[in-house]
Amino acid sequence: MALRAIASRKTLAALGSGLRAQARLATTAAAAAASRGLVTFSLPDLPYDYGALEPAVSAEIMQLHHQKHHQSYVTNYNKALEQLEDAVARDDAPAVVKLQSAIKFNGGGHINHSIFWKNLAPIHEGGGEPPKGSLGWAIDADFGSWEAFVQKMNAEGAALQGSGWVWLGLDKEFKKLVVETTANQDPLVTKGANLVPLIGIDVWEHAYYLQYKNAKPDYLKNIWKVIDWKYASEVYEKECR
Amino acid sequence: MGSFSLHSSCLAKPTLRWSNDCFQNLNSLKLSALQRRPNFHSRKASKVLAFYGLKSPPYKLDALEPYMSKRLLETHWGEHQRGYVEGLNKELEKNDILYGYTLDELVKVTYNNGSPLPEFNNAAQVWNHDFFWESMQPGGGGMPELGLLQQIEKDFGSFTNFKEKFIEAALSLFGSGWVWLVLKRREKRLEVVKTSNAVNPIVWDDIPLISLDVWEHAYYQDYKNDRGKYVNAFMNHLVSWHVVTARIIRAEAFVNLGEPKIPVA
Repeated sequence: MALRAIASRKTLAALGSGLRAQARLATTAAAAAASRGLVTFSLPDLPYDYGALEPAVSAEIMQLHHQKHHQSYVTNYNKALEQLEDAVARDDAPAVVKLQSAIKFNGGGHINHSIFWKNLAPIHEGGGEPPKGSLGWAIDADFGSWEAFVQKMNAEGAALQGSGWVWLGLDKEFKKLVVETTANQDPLVTKGANLVPLIGIDVWEHAYYLQYKNAKPDYLKNIWKVIDWKYASEVYEKECR
Repeated sequence: MGSFSLHSSCLAKPTLRWSNDCFQNLNSLKLSALQRRPNFHSRKASKVLAFYGLKSPPYKLDALEPYMSKRLLETHWGEHQRGYVEGLNKELEKNDILYGYTLDELVKVTYNNGSPLPEFNNAAQVWNHDFFWESMQPGGGGMPELGLLQQIEKDFGSFTNFKEKFIEAALSLFGSGWVWLVLKRREKRLEVVKTSNAVNPIVWDDIPLISLDVWEHAYYQDYKNDRGKYVNAFMNHLVSWHVVTARIIRAEAFVNLGEPKIPVA
């Protein structure tokens, strides 16, 4: 936890005054909304430094991805929810429906990225090690082998056109593992109500462009070195009890 | 044709499917590969392959600095668009069903009325990027003039209103896609349109006038996540109103935008 404190102090120091002002604005807006009883979401802290995932994912990308992209999803999600509450209060059905795409996009972005940060860990903290235990056996059972699974994820991720995510999901009804892709920021549940996300890999260009340019397959090959299976194993064991 | 080197003839416009030089070299490259195939000697005649080329932007890659850097153009044109062209050619090699189209026609055919064929993504992205480079110029921005400005004011109220609408569309497009100023054929008016991924307005038979690439790769190296700054740079410094004017003049041959007011003697 001390590491996290150092990390957040370091990240705060890196913030320009503009971002500090933005953060102040976000907290006052959140405080205002909270005083009306509205739930607000906030950017989760990363349990590791921005540079901890080098050389698989560069510090520059991690910082922008977390502080700019994820933050803007959180901010816009809160804004959309506030507007939704107002629209519901004044019985404005068209406005309610119009807000759905913004909620899906920004809310999905917040959900997906929150899972993504938990799926990553520095190599010295276990990143890159394939899963052991029941999840490891399930991967072998449902995909044939670890290599076949990784290859399937990478193939689906590379073939995805535009922006989206590639997922290892658990179908909790059939207790089977599946590889799925979703477009833009659609959460995995949009592909099936029974699907629980275990591992998600962001294949939006912002996730790799500064380091890998248009070599998406290289990014997909390298990110496995920092994919961590603790969170995925916990979720799997909970659902498959 | 004889005076062209192989290199420039292979960079010929997409409508020029092959030149003699190109064809000879393609033929010699393919011949050894073809000869190794088991049915080579039973072939009736050598197969002619569809071939689209990578078209250069109408300016040097550093000409759009500082609004679009040379480094970004080298990646965007030299790697992304080149990848789309090579991918398209590879897909078309598989059989000759899609042989013989101009790039425009190929885009519409592979769109297949909403259920796109696998070749659509590459074909449309080649088309889109060609159109995009041509929509920009060094020293662009500013305002349109004369008839084009009148048409914009007629359909949007004012030029400022159009600009706001265009920028708002670019900022509210979720994911990857393109923003267009389009002349709608049936409605006979200008509109701002957003499309996802590789889709473009010619598949609906409308006439695009401006395109803006809002895939992240189009601005990330220069502007990181600040799409707003990129769009403003495009509107204020890059968009070529000369090209847009030429495009709408051509469009008026197909869409009647009203009789000119000729005074009766």
